[in-house]
Amino acid sequence: MNLSTTAVNAEVIVIGGGLVGTAVAYGLARSGARTVVLDQGDDAFRASRGNFGLVWVQGKGYNLPDYARWTRSSAQRWSTLRDNLLQDSGVDVQLKQPGGFHMCFSDEELLERQQRLQVLQDVVGDYPFEMLDAAELRARLPLIGKAVVGASYTPQDGHVNPLKLLRALHGSAQAHGARFQGGVQVERIEGHAGDFRVSAGQQQFCAPRIVLAAGLGNPGLARQVGLHAPVAPNRGQVLVSERVQPFLDYPTINVRQTDEGTVQLGDSMEEVGFDDSTSREVLSAIAQRGVATFPLLRDVRLVRAWGALRVMSPDGFPIYQQSLTHPGAFVITCHSGVTLAAAHALRIAPWIMGAAQPDELAVFNGERFLTDKVLAHAH
Amino acid sequence: MPTEPLFQPVASETRPTRTLNLTFNGQPLTVPAGISVAAALLMSGVNRFRATPVSEAPRAPYCMMGVCFECLVDIDGVPNCQSCLIEVAEGMQVRSQEGARDLVYQPANVQTLEVQP
Repeated sequence: MNLSTTAVNAEVIVIGGGLVGTAVAYGLARSGARTVVLDQGDDAFRASRGNFGLVWVQGKGYNLPDYARWTRSSAQRWSTLRDNLLQDSGVDVQLKQPGGFHMCFSDEELLERQQRLQVLQDVVGDYPFEMLDAAELRARLPLIGKAVVGASYTPQDGHVNPLKLLRALHGSAQAHGARFQGGVQVERIEGHAGDFRVSAGQQQFCAPRIVLAAGLGNPGLARQVGLHAPVAPNRGQVLVSERVQPFLDYPTINVRQTDEGTVQLGDSMEEVGFDDSTSREVLSAIAQRGVATFPLLRDVRLVRAWGALRVMSPDGFPIYQQSLTHPGAFVITCHSGVTLAAAHALRIAPWIMGAAQPDELAVFNGERFLTDKVLAHAH
Repeated sequence: MPTEPLFQPVASETRPTRTLNLTFNGQPLTVPAGISVAAALLMSGVNRFRATPVSEAPRAPYCMMGVCFECLVDIDGVPNCQSCLIEVAEGMQVRSQEGARDLVYQPANVQTLEVQP
């Protein structure tokens, strides 16, 4: 068979087999769409293999309330996603949403935190949070360190096992008929509304709809179908410990204990280009902050460290857009593939197939970056 | 399941060597000096070093070079030691690592290991 003359036909092609692409593909496949997912090889920058696993709401969307609403809508649908994944793949992704803590190490930090969450509550409305001083925090987390002066807590936050999530999404999408093609390096997208052709070496894939969920590969792909997706790498480094008996029932922004007992420490942000290595300075700072948060971690053994690249837009918010010049071509890109997985699986897929765009998403078009505005992306 | 020792000394290398005594789960063992705890246990016929915290399945060394963390044991009261990286010593008390280490309730008389800079 001559592959160059044989194109694979589908209803939707999803480029990208990470958490974002696979969640969208799962939603599409569940709705009955014939879906093909094109994934790169293991030499790609695999953000979905390196993340922290938080389902995190608090603090997000400070200067863009629709991002807070979108994030909340996903967190609220996460238990549905968990149930669906368990049913379709047999994998329990270990979702726990007991609420989460953001530790503060100075009074200024605590005050800034309170102001940020108050603004969000004022704008979003139903947005519960509590500010806890050191004594109140210690009552809830007896193992907290003396250096922590207080924390914010919101009942909306949670965490999952992100590797089990990726596996569950792959298994569930395939159980509904989605086809995964690995080792595919997409070179070219040609065509127009309702008739796209994707070329990768000798392989060709054709579909009336195409979803770009290729992470850091999106800028070059988006350009070919009239979309603007100027994402760039933002490195996070993570430490993981030996397995220990459960000591922490809640996720926090920088320390969490996984379902299988390991402790993950992280929350660094660096702009260092396409470099996913680790550095002693940053790992040391992560470890020190972790020990300051929970002093009993002083004695824990660390077994792995890694760096991974977030997919970050200039203002830190996602890009969700259908092409105006090439209708049927969509770009979906964000740095919160875990938190937003439920929204991606349950709310994006209908939009791809022709339903109205979810209300919150109008502000997330890529053209917003064609202005000269400079924005910050703290959470 | 094989229950024979997984490793045998190379015959041409066998000559009188210094030995020392340690215990595994209270059982006395005489082993060659200068080898790792993992090697000593394997050549003594031990094939269950620990139970995993996740499934409680039995585990034994896999990589023997410090990467896989399958060979964890308790040595002189210090839990989760990588036995493939630690040399045997006279009088060492080695115990199988049963599940996850407890950070909150630790034995009182245990000195924590120095972390290499």
